[in-house]
Amino acid sequence: MHAFTYHKPSTLGDAVSLAGKHGDGKILAGGQSLVQAMKLRLASPTDLIDLGGIKDLASIKADGSTVTIGAMARHAEVEANADVKKMIPVLARLAGGIGDRQVRHMGTLGGSLANNDPAADYPAAVLGLGAIITTNKRKIAADDFFKGLFETALEPGELITAVTFPTAKRAGYMKFKNPASRFALVGVFVADTSSGVRVAVTGAASSVFRATAIEKALSAKFEPDAVPAGTVKAADLNSDLHGSAEYRAHIITVMAKRAVAQALGK
Amino acid sequence: MNAPLIGARIERKEDYRFLTGAGQYTDDVTLPNQSYAVFVRSPHAHATINAIRKDKALKAAGVLAVFTGEDLKVGGLPCGWLITDVNGQPMKEPVHPSLAQGKARYVGDQVAVVIAETLDQAQDAAELVEVDYGVLPAVVNGEQARAKGAPVLHDVAPDNTCYVWALGDKAGVDAAFSKAAHVTRLDLVNNRLIPNAIEPRAVNGMYSRADDSYTLYVASQNPHVERLLMTAFVLGLPEHKVRVVAPDVGGGFGSKIYLYAEDVVVTWASKQINRPVKWTAERSESFLTDAHGRDHVTTAELAMDKDGKFLALRVKTTANVGAYLSTFASCVPTILYATLLAGQYTTPVIHCEVTAVFTNTVPVDAYRGAGRPEATYVVERIVEQAAREMKLDPVEIRRRNFIKTFPYQTPVALMYDTGNYEATMKAAIEIAGVSGFAARKKESESRGKLRGLGYAAYIEACGIAPSNIAGALGARAGLFEAGEVRMHPTGSCTVFTGSHSHGQGHETTFAQVVADRLGIPMESVDIVHGDTSKVLFGMGTYGSRSIAVGGTAIYKALDKIIAKGKKIAAHLMEAAETDIEYDRGVFKVAGTDKQKTIGEVSFAAYVPHNYPLDKLEPGLNENAFYDPANFTFPAGTYVCEVEIDPDTGFTKVEKFTAVDDFGKNINPMIVEGQVHGGLTQGIGQALLEGCKYDPETGQLITGSFMDYCMPRATDVPSYNLETRETPCTHNPLGVKGCGEAGAIGAPAALMNAITDALQPYGINDLPMPASPATVWKTIQNAKQKAA
Repeated sequence: MHAFTYHKPSTLGDAVSLAGKHGDGKILAGGQSLVQAMKLRLASPTDLIDLGGIKDLASIKADGSTVTIGAMARHAEVEANADVKKMIPVLARLAGGIGDRQVRHMGTLGGSLANNDPAADYPAAVLGLGAIITTNKRKIAADDFFKGLFETALEPGELITAVTFPTAKRAGYMKFKNPASRFALVGVFVADTSSGVRVAVTGAASSVFRATAIEKALSAKFEPDAVPAGTVKAADLNSDLHGSAEYRAHIITVMAKRAVAQALGK
Repeated sequence: MNAPLIGARIERKEDYRFLTGAGQYTDDVTLPNQSYAVFVRSPHAHATINAIRKDKALKAAGVLAVFTGEDLKVGGLPCGWLITDVNGQPMKEPVHPSLAQGKARYVGDQVAVVIAETLDQAQDAAELVEVDYGVLPAVVNGEQARAKGAPVLHDVAPDNTCYVWALGDKAGVDAAFSKAAHVTRLDLVNNRLIPNAIEPRAVNGMYSRADDSYTLYVASQNPHVERLLMTAFVLGLPEHKVRVVAPDVGGGFGSKIYLYAEDVVVTWASKQINRPVKWTAERSESFLTDAHGRDHVTTAELAMDKDGKFLALRVKTTANVGAYLSTFASCVPTILYATLLAGQYTTPVIHCEVTAVFTNTVPVDAYRGAGRPEATYVVERIVEQAAREMKLDPVEIRRRNFIKTFPYQTPVALMYDTGNYEATMKAAIEIAGVSGFAARKKESESRGKLRGLGYAAYIEACGIAPSNIAGALGARAGLFEAGEVRMHPTGSCTVFTGSHSHGQGHETTFAQVVADRLGIPMESVDIVHGDTSKVLFGMGTYGSRSIAVGGTAIYKALDKIIAKGKKIAAHLMEAAETDIEYDRGVFKVAGTDKQKTIGEVSFAAYVPHNYPLDKLEPGLNENAFYDPANFTFPAGTYVCEVEIDPDTGFTKVEKFTAVDDFGKNINPMIVEGQVHGGLTQGIGQALLEGCKYDPETGQLITGSFMDYCMPRATDVPSYNLETRETPCTHNPLGVKGCGEAGAIGAPAALMNAITDALQPYGINDLPMPASPATVWKTIQNAKQKAA
């Protein structure tokens, strides 16, 4: 690891101003991707600005139809939160399936979204439920947030503060794990929401995306058998040691069916 | 005074130390004036090194030295086994430099070393070493390496071939095939594996100007061998000036047998800068530089008569040995492989031809099982396939061909001393619940799943090895073991062994042997290993040899202790030596109630006031060297049951039954632990692990745990284990060794189970690891072919 300067601001304002001052610095949330990259000397930020000292960034609040989760909430906190478990149980399950126990006690919602790893779980929930991402500057709809491989709509100096998840009538998430990393080789999030059926796919392409043909079919009939095969084209998908694009395309169909079954309690 | 300790499930003496973090590993050793080394490694699989500029690195903070191949011109790392090819010529032995000499031959090949006051400073400075590479085309597999016009790694091997070697009766095999009623043929790949011991390799070298000596702490399975190879063959140092300590070592699986370049560089450099130099591999470096395992491509043919009786086996294998010959690389795909191709069967003639090739990959060497997993994979896969083709039950075809009388001389050099293959087969069938399989298969089918059952009846040769036989086969070292029993004046004892424990539990098992034989409490016995300044000599631990060879050496030393003790006791009790009997800690005069405890006899030996000093030296300290009369032959039957989800290709190992014959078990709990680990590694090979190099660039694709899939607890079932015992006939403990069996038998059993499950698609083979994507793709291909 290269040497760096460590900052631990106690207010969001200080964090933003430190980020502005240190252009080659990085924001540190849970550190589950960034610190690994630094240890491998693949990332060498001059400064680390740790959000861990800012109060209120980790709160989880529910109102009648939404749950708002602070950016610094750890996966394990989301997994164990009573409101999340009651109102959006699939989200608690998803958080409980991220990485391993150590990762879940360090990794954060905001960190995962800002990083936008193509195989991360949270982006599937955010896009699948149509959540709203709140930053220090604005609110961003999930459909506008994920821009590509490790790319988001966040601008320089813009920090995620919270994410508001609407509840769904029924929802499911099925992850087919990469055997080695246990990240999603393909993860499919299916939600029947007040604004229609949403299907988000992670792990399969350069970034999380919505499977619109599956959404359409499920809008007509929300049953596993209604999931059409072959509507996500292999040409747009990742291919690697653990699965060809053709395989991933097939697994999207299988996981979508299983996610629907899960949503239906089957 | 004690219940028998041999056969007792005694908790491990070493566990307190390990579980409380009190183990002392090489990286825990920090010496006064310690400095730290970081290696600059080739990012290219094959490249000339045109220039190395080290001035920037030398000026960096804290840097003490930067060395390259220009600075370190010493002998090459030696290969410990000479293979003679089919034309009577010695194998090609290219120089294996400690720091690259003008050329890098694999990604990770060490090009320079930077030594600094701190590890961070060494890492920072290593990035400042500028190497001007001339990138060359690379080859990563046998097919590429042997192709016409392929890039050449070494001038001494212009066809990238180390040797073409053969064993067995070729004419006899050809004749048998011409008369066969049926021939089964199978093309098999034994996938390349990366060892991944939990403790990475580490070495800390210290030079002492005071007496011109060296002390080397190193994560090694065999410190005396390390010392011998380094002093005699590379650095030209006298052995008495080099002490090698292998303290607690966190796993080896073979990968810590070898003399590695880093060990040599660190030792040499410690004198150059007159400071201790420490290097500990990062996990990424372990992937890139630890000797890999397996990597065979094989065609096997089995000739049978109309009843499925084996007439002959013909095997042709290409073995990838990597860029250089590692310490025992040459004997693994030959001596430790072809000699096991008889398996448990009476196949009368066998011929095996092995072509060993150099490629731009990490050197390949022994890895848990070493040659024997590859042999078992060939034999047990083709036997199962033969059963399918002959429409015979896979158990029945094995029974028709089992060796039933011992000793048995195989057509491939080995003489099996004892065994009972029917006993382990029968037990395995019962424990695995084979009779209920059809019902379980039906139940799986009702859920849209495929269920399969597979067998492997393996054999291995352990207790390596009779030195004269090994020598005749090309070994450049003896393969005996040494032990010493030092009785202390008050009756406790310290036992020194040339075996090395890096997870096997020798401190417990060996103590059981000693305490049982002497009749003293376990607490009165300490086992010392891993230090050339304490242990008289040793060949180390590999090939499941420790109890059979190292344990026997100790046993022989114990015999000497008791023999001398009888003389002392006879004197003390004024009896004839021939009247003295030794029984569990007490010397007795036969037929009387006169007795002396071993403690009293020890005391007399060290405080010799009443002692036959005119006839007998004082002291009670004996050592023994033991050279085995034969190999030992652990064998057993494994039964694996899998369920496959055809929608995803995911395979779940539902049941795994292992019935092993390790001869006498000293500590069944430790034996089970060894089998658990071995089976998990074997399941890892078949289902999860596979080292992949990019065939064009030679880059290691599986260079981290993100891509190289190690088995986890959730990937394996709760194992059903039992043992059956036919004691080894040629060592006093009747032991055979248990360290590798699981890894030897499991892959074939698992792949036989998978192909059994896939019989509805007519699938008889698929590559390891049988990942979900691979299984799914194989099913799709079969469906397309059928359509």
